[in-house]
Amino acid sequence: MEHSIPTRMGDGALVFLTPSEIEAAIRDGVAAAVKRAKVEPLTEDEIAHLRDIFSSRSRFSAVDIGDEVTLSYDGCGSQDMGTRVNDLQYYEQYLCADSVELYHQNYSFKPAKAVLGLEQTTMRQAQYLITAPCGYGAMPDLGLYTVPDGPLANWSQLLPLGKVAEARAAQEEAVELAVDDIVHVAASMAEAGADFIDLDTAGAAGDADFLAALKAISRIRARFPDLGIQIGMASEFVLGMHGELEYDGVRLAGLWPREQMKLAAKAGVTIFGPAINVNTGKTVAWNVARTIAIVKQCCEESTVPVHLNGGMGVGGVPMHVLPPGDAVSRASRSAVDILRLDGL
Amino acid sequence: MQITRGMRLTQAKEYVAGKLGVSLMDLSDPVVMLDVRKERGLGSSTEAGEILFVDDPVGLEAKFHIAELLDIPVNSVERFTAMTTGRG
Repeated sequence: MEHSIPTRMGDGALVFLTPSEIEAAIRDGVAAAVKRAKVEPLTEDEIAHLRDIFSSRSRFSAVDIGDEVTLSYDGCGSQDMGTRVNDLQYYEQYLCADSVELYHQNYSFKPAKAVLGLEQTTMRQAQYLITAPCGYGAMPDLGLYTVPDGPLANWSQLLPLGKVAEARAAQEEAVELAVDDIVHVAASMAEAGADFIDLDTAGAAGDADFLAALKAISRIRARFPDLGIQIGMASEFVLGMHGELEYDGVRLAGLWPREQMKLAAKAGVTIFGPAINVNTGKTVAWNVARTIAIVKQCCEESTVPVHLNGGMGVGGVPMHVLPPGDAVSRASRSAVDILRLDGL
Repeated sequence: MQITRGMRLTQAKEYVAGKLGVSLMDLSDPVVMLDVRKERGLGSSTEAGEILFVDDPVGLEAKFHIAELLDIPVNSVERFTAMTTGRG
């Protein structure tokens, strides 16, 4: 009779499964990825490795010595102790972050533009004190350009009314406004000494949101050939809120990480961050297996470093405000071991 | 190397190890790297007591050494240089 192993669900809850049940969950997660994302399944060796990792009763799991990867962070600090620069120092000195990221509490480029002088001054101060690469991050966040927050018609209100053409026109207009804001903020932060710009949660409002990110990256790269540009995706799949938008001749709606990576690299990013959603009703082992299967080909073919998004609700990490270390370490180790990631 | 050069991890580790004159295993060995960082002025953890003397580089000072050692453009270093060159 097999012993039960303490493991986690996608919402963080502790459950007890036998190694055979864990392996079944892994195989089911791989099958879910193959069916939905049309990717190749993991090999038997890779499935066996995942079974070994998730069948351990240890509190923590880690990569082999020498296989460590870099750790980048979106939005460093909770902004509830000291200053924002203190947050960055804390991440560098005590959490051993390989890069740190200054951010505005609203975390979108549009509102950051309104306080740009303050953001530039803070970035400049941070650069004097931080040795790790220090960048500036925010979201394209296309929704902020629609009523009641912005000047444009709201496509989420237009689409249920069947006003498809009007909804598409509003999104196309929002793209241009967002690109101008992103490039303006990025150029201003580069002027203040930022080592990189992070366009985080790209594609959150769908294909138009992703298009705004790609067009902005292309313009930033043309103007700053040596500036680091990181993109973190919002989810595994680009939603077709518009449906017909293209970048470099490729339709954006429906793209999975492999194709997202190719366009991001072509636009000019130096780091690509795929984000794979977590199913809270499945085990962490199931979610990790599905994540790895979806991202594997993206990692193999990438021409730029890949930092898999691993946090609450993405990359196999439980959707919980305090993700348990046993689950986070297993998800991280599994991804690094099998995907040969460049970072997390 | 990843941020400014878009270099993948394996290549980046080999590049940095070569520039530092250490092995790939040394890069993640805190015992070895403490001495390497100290010797080359690359900055480090103040908690670990690596920043003890007034001329131990911290913050942007260490970044100047890193940019020179790795032969890469670092935006903050270039901006600081541009802002201070030719003044006074």
